[in-house]
Amino acid sequence: MKKLTLIVALFCTTHWLFANNGTNRDSIRSFPMNEYVYKSGNTNNPSADHSKFAILQQPFASAHDATAACLSCHTERDKEIMATSHWHWRRSEKLEGKGVVSLGKANIINNFCIGITGSEATCTRCHIGYGWTDSSFDFTDPLNIDCLVCHDKTGTYKKKPGGAGYPAESVNLNFVSQHVGSPGRENCGVCHFLGGGGNNVKHGDLDIAMLDCSREVDVHMTTEGENMSCVDCHITEKHQIPGKVYALSSENKNRTTCEQCHTDKPHQSTILNEHGLRVACQTCHIPEYAKANGTKMIWDWSTAGRLDEHGNPMHENDADGNHNYLSIKGNFVYNDHVIPEYFWFNGIANHQLITDKITTIPVQMNTLYGSYNDKGTHQKSHAPAKIWPVKVHRGKQIYDTVNMTLIQPKLWDKESGKGAYWTDFDWNKAAELGMAACGLPYSGVYGFVETEMYWPLNHQVSPASESLKCIDCHSRPNSRLASLNDFYLPGRDFNPIVETAGVSFILVSIIGIAFHAFCRIVFGGKCKIDNP
Amino acid sequence: MKKVYLYKKFERFWHWGQSLLIFALLITGFDIHGTTHFFEYSQAMAIHNISAWAFLVLIVFAIFWHVTTDEWKQYLPTAKNMKAQLDYYLVGIFAHAPHPVKKRTLSKLNPLQRITYFALKIVIIPTMVITGLMYMYFNYPILEFEIESLETVAIIHTMGAYLLLTFLIIHLYLITTGHTLTSNLKAMITGWEVVDDEDVKDIVEEAVEVTGLKIRPISRTRQSHEELEELVLNALHETETKVKNKKLKGQKK
Repeated sequence: MKKLTLIVALFCTTHWLFANNGTNRDSIRSFPMNEYVYKSGNTNNPSADHSKFAILQQPFASAHDATAACLSCHTERDKEIMATSHWHWRRSEKLEGKGVVSLGKANIINNFCIGITGSEATCTRCHIGYGWTDSSFDFTDPLNIDCLVCHDKTGTYKKKPGGAGYPAESVNLNFVSQHVGSPGRENCGVCHFLGGGGNNVKHGDLDIAMLDCSREVDVHMTTEGENMSCVDCHITEKHQIPGKVYALSSENKNRTTCEQCHTDKPHQSTILNEHGLRVACQTCHIPEYAKANGTKMIWDWSTAGRLDEHGNPMHENDADGNHNYLSIKGNFVYNDHVIPEYFWFNGIANHQLITDKITTIPVQMNTLYGSYNDKGTHQKSHAPAKIWPVKVHRGKQIYDTVNMTLIQPKLWDKESGKGAYWTDFDWNKAAELGMAACGLPYSGVYGFVETEMYWPLNHQVSPASESLKCIDCHSRPNSRLASLNDFYLPGRDFNPIVETAGVSFILVSIIGIAFHAFCRIVFGGKCKIDNP
Repeated sequence: MKKVYLYKKFERFWHWGQSLLIFALLITGFDIHGTTHFFEYSQAMAIHNISAWAFLVLIVFAIFWHVTTDEWKQYLPTAKNMKAQLDYYLVGIFAHAPHPVKKRTLSKLNPLQRITYFALKIVIIPTMVITGLMYMYFNYPILEFEIESLETVAIIHTMGAYLLLTFLIIHLYLITTGHTLTSNLKAMITGWEVVDDEDVKDIVEEAVEVTGLKIRPISRTRQSHEELEELVLNALHETETKVKNKKLKGQKK
C-alpha cells in the first residue's frame, strides 16, 4: 500500500513538473518563430584569438598591409567582398521603362547631398575600401579592401574625413587587427546611422541611439532585452548582406523581412493575420520613427550660400540643437517622433536618374510602385502591394532649367578655389564641374526644383503594446490612411447617398411616431392603461 | 377580459433571441462603420462576428420550425384588409375604432405585418447574411474568395442596416398600439395576448374549428386538449353572462 502511494505521489510530481515546463515554454513562445534561436541560449565564442597571430604583430606601413595580412589567412574572402554591392556601390537593377541599369550610391542622385561624383574623397569615407578618390579607383585590387571598418571590435577604428576611406592617423592597425570579430551594430552604424552628414539624417529609423536603447525605441535591438545586432536579421553568407535599401534598389529581391523569423501568421487573431496580406508588418508595428533623435524632413538647397558679416560660412540651430541653416547646405527642418506617411508598395521602385528628364514636380527621386488593385500577379514582385509606412524626405535642389535634368554639382574639395560649392559657393561653377565629372551636358542655367524621396521604414519596431490600434486607420476624422483613397476602408469610408437616405429614414420615422403618439394622446385614443 | 395563446415557446425564444442579436449587430455594426463609438473597434468586430454566427444558427432553427409547423403561411402577404389596416393606423386609432383585423392562432398577423415581415425575411435578412458573409470572407483580393472591391458589399450592408434600424424604431412604437399599451409586449413575453371581449366569440369559434375539425393534425397531449376544452367552455359561459348583463343594463334604462 505504501509503495502504491509513493508511486502515485511520484507520478503526480513528475506530471506537475512537466505541465509547468509546458506552460513556461508557451509563455516564451507566444508567437510562432522561424529560424531564430533566442540569444539567451546562445554562446558565441570565437574559435581563434587574433592577438596570438604573429602576422598581426608586425608593423603595418599602410592600411593596405593590414588587408594583406588578413587575406594571407582568409584567402578567398577578397573575392566574396569584391562581388558585393557594398564594394561596388552599384548593382544591376531593372527599372520600369528604363531597362537594366547599373545603379547604386556610385551614380545615383538623391535629395540629401545629391551624389558622390566630383566629391568622392569625402563621400567614400563610408566605402569599405581605401583610396576611392575619383573614377580611376581600382575595384579589382584586393588590397584596396578595408576589412577593419566592419570587423573592428575595439571601437577605435575611424576613417579620416576627406581621406577617401583611409583610416585616421590615430588608428593603431595592430591593435585593431588583433581584435576583430563578427560585425556589431557599431560597425554597421558608423555608416548606416550617420549617412547623409549626421546622425539619423537619412533613414529616420537608424540612429546611434540604437547602440543602447530602450524597448520603446527598438524592441529587437534594445539592450534591456533581446539585444539583437544588425546581422541577426540581415543574415549574411559569403559577405552578401541581404536587406537592400529601398531608396536605392528597385527589384523586389534579396530583402530582409519580418516574416523570416515571425512567419506570415504571427498573430493569434485570424483577422490580424489577414491584414498581413495587404498591410506590411511595419505599418502597425512602427507607429512613429525618429523616436530617440530627430531626422531630417526637409532640405532646401536654394538658400545655401548666405555668409556671415566676415564672409565666412555659418550655421544656425533649432531649439533641439539640430542645424536648421548651414551656408554650405541651405535650410533644414528636423523632426522627431514623426508619424509616417503611408503608401501602397509592391517592393518595386523606380529612380529619377541624372539623365532622366524632369516630368513631374515635385520630382519623385524613387517612385514606389503599388496600388490597391495591384495583386502582384502581373508584377515582378509576385506579391500583392501592401500598405507601407514611409519617411518622405522633401528637398529643393539644383537642376538644369534648359535640359530639364537634375544636376550633380561638385560639392567638396580639399582646398578652396577649385570650384567646389562648399568652399567657393558658386553654383554655376559647381554644376559645370560636377556634370563634367559625370560626362553629362550642362546648359549653364540652373534653378531649384522640389523633390521627394521615399524611405520605407523597417527599423525601430515598437513593443506590441505600442502598435497601432484599429481606429488609427479605421476612423473617419483622423485615419492614418486618409491619403490612400483607392479602396473602401471600413470605419473610414461611407457612401454619402446611403448615409443621407439612412438617416432620413430614421428621422422621418421618429418624427412620424412622435406626431402619431401626440395625436393619440390629444384625441384620447383608445389607449387604456393595463390593470388600472 | 380574455386571453388567447398566440406565440409558442420557440416562437418567443426566436423572436427575443433575434431581437437581442439584431440589437447587438446594429450597435457594433455602426461602431465598425464609424458612426458610433460604444465599443472599442476590435471588441465591436468580435461581438459583431459572434452575433452574426449566432444569428445564422438561429435562422437555421427558425426556418426548420416555420416549415415543420406550417407557420410560414402566416407571413404570406395578402391585400385583403390592407387598406382597412392603414386606415386604422392613420385615422381609426385616434377614434376608438376597433382593430380591423382580429388576431387568430391561424392568422396572427395583420396585412401590414405580413408584408413587412415577409420583406424582412425574404429580402433584408438574406441580403444582410450574404453581404455579411462576403464581408467576412472577403480576405483582400488575393485568396480563393476574391472580389474586386469591398465597396459594393459594404454599401449594401450599410443600407440594410439603416432599413433594419428604421424597421426596429417603428416596430417598437407599434407595440403600444395593441388592445392596451402593453398587451402586445406581454403577449410576446408570455405567449398569451389580451383581446377585446367582443373578440372572444370569434376566438371560441376558431378554437372549436381548430380542435373540432382538426384542421391541423398536430398530436396534442391529452392535457392541452383538456385545457382547450376548458377554455372553450369558459369562453362560452362568459359570453352568455355578458349577454345577460347587457340585457340587464338595458332593462334598467
